[in-house]
Amino acid sequence: MFLINCPFCGEREQSEFKAGGEAHIVRPKQPTELSDDEWAEYLFMRKNIKGVQFERWNHVHGCRKWFNMVRDTSNDQIKAVYKMGEKPPVE
Amino acid sequence: MKNKYSVFSLIKNAFSYHENWEKAWKDPEPKKEYDAVIVGGGGHGLATAYYLAKKHNMKNIAVVEKGWIGGGNTGRNTTIIRSNYLWDASAGLYDHALKIWEGLSQELNYNVMFSQRGVMNLAHNLQDVRDLKRRTHANRLNGIDAVYLNTEEVKKFCPIINTSQDIRYPVLGGTLQRRAGTARHDAVAWGYARGADEMGVDIIQNCEVKGIKRNGDMVEGIETTKGFIKTKKIGVVAAGHSSVIANMAGLKLPLESKPLQALVSEPVKPIIDTVVMSNAVHAYVSQSDKGELVIGAGTDDYVSYSQKGSHDIVEGTLNAILELYPIFSRMRMLRQWGGIVDICPDASPIISKTSIKGLYFNCGWGTGGFKATPGSGDLFAHTIANDEPHKLNAAFNINRFVSGDLVDEHGAAAVAH
Repeated sequence: MFLINCPFCGEREQSEFKAGGEAHIVRPKQPTELSDDEWAEYLFMRKNIKGVQFERWNHVHGCRKWFNMVRDTSNDQIKAVYKMGEKPPVE
Repeated sequence: MKNKYSVFSLIKNAFSYHENWEKAWKDPEPKKEYDAVIVGGGGHGLATAYYLAKKHNMKNIAVVEKGWIGGGNTGRNTTIIRSNYLWDASAGLYDHALKIWEGLSQELNYNVMFSQRGVMNLAHNLQDVRDLKRRTHANRLNGIDAVYLNTEEVKKFCPIINTSQDIRYPVLGGTLQRRAGTARHDAVAWGYARGADEMGVDIIQNCEVKGIKRNGDMVEGIETTKGFIKTKKIGVVAAGHSSVIANMAGLKLPLESKPLQALVSEPVKPIIDTVVMSNAVHAYVSQSDKGELVIGAGTDDYVSYSQKGSHDIVEGTLNAILELYPIFSRMRMLRQWGGIVDICPDASPIISKTSIKGLYFNCGWGTGGFKATPGSGDLFAHTIANDEPHKLNAAFNINRFVSGDLVDEHGAAAVAH
């Protein structure tokens, strides 16, 4: 359990949020052109990093807005929080 | 040859105050080269090594474990064993394991305390009732024992359940698999370790894998904290850390690693003589031989390797437990812990070859791997030894995420994720 600094609401308990998995997976521009391998990569394959990971979160029990987070999955420490569409912070 | 455990060896050792029991397994340093190396010394990894040595005559093999054997999810699960899964492929896989469980203590000469006390899965709404009835029929068509119970029969089988229809999620019925039950999880790891060691398998603890050496699309060996080990076959059974090992080989897996929690109460006299699981409200409970209630909570929804979960998950589970079992309202919880489970998108495992020759993965067991330990080891050993899957694990190949031939067992997984 940890606190999350929602970019819209401020610091709230993690239980108010829903994790949305790995961030910056871009939906294919031409879905009809995709091979089965590329679909598998897009739909199922995940980095699942032990360490610093970029991910999406949704403040479901608050403002209900989506945002991005940089978090160390080995100790749950949050490195940065930024809005959708913003450039991910570099280190 | 190891001394056989028996009542006579027990009496003999009593005369020397139990100070002269021989070690159940050696603690060797790694050799330079093995025919196969298993990464991960949990139940599944040790079982894999055991069956490689026993059924496939591969004696020059090692199990490398970064901590101590059975210290990961093998020692953290809630020990439930059952095979009442929906699809034919899963039924074949899990019932194969259950059949091995039934003779495992004798085979290993090690008491794994397998207890067929039955597992009951509860229904709390009409969709649950339909799903569970469907699963009961599917099980019976696959030769797996299953019966559907109505509310009165549930109450009769486990009298402490609150079957009042006035609670928020009333019990509308349930399924029962009588051959299902529990086993002592540590003993499973120790029994397989002892058996494998006896056949010459090196069990190397405190040895963490740091890299996988490849020559083109073939494996050459592993870098470990105890040096380089040359091998042509690597079987990875690393549970929550499977993706970490896969990344070392330049592979990506369809897994997410999440914390799963469990807790036990103070020990009390026998009060519940079966295992009761409820998927809808997420409460499952059984009682250990020591008398503790063993309670399984759900997974957190975020990726984490921290081996601890969120408090609200435990709170939610205990809310459900108290509504279903008001008699437990004054029980005190003694210990709570988390383990990291590797969850597949279809809630079924991967026991498969990979695109890299000599690299095999047994992962994705998610929240329900313990029950499959013997079967998983047997089938993974077959896959490694023959470089081909056994017919029982052919459906659980990694290519199903490309072909779309998934084995969706979210309903039978019984833990929300």
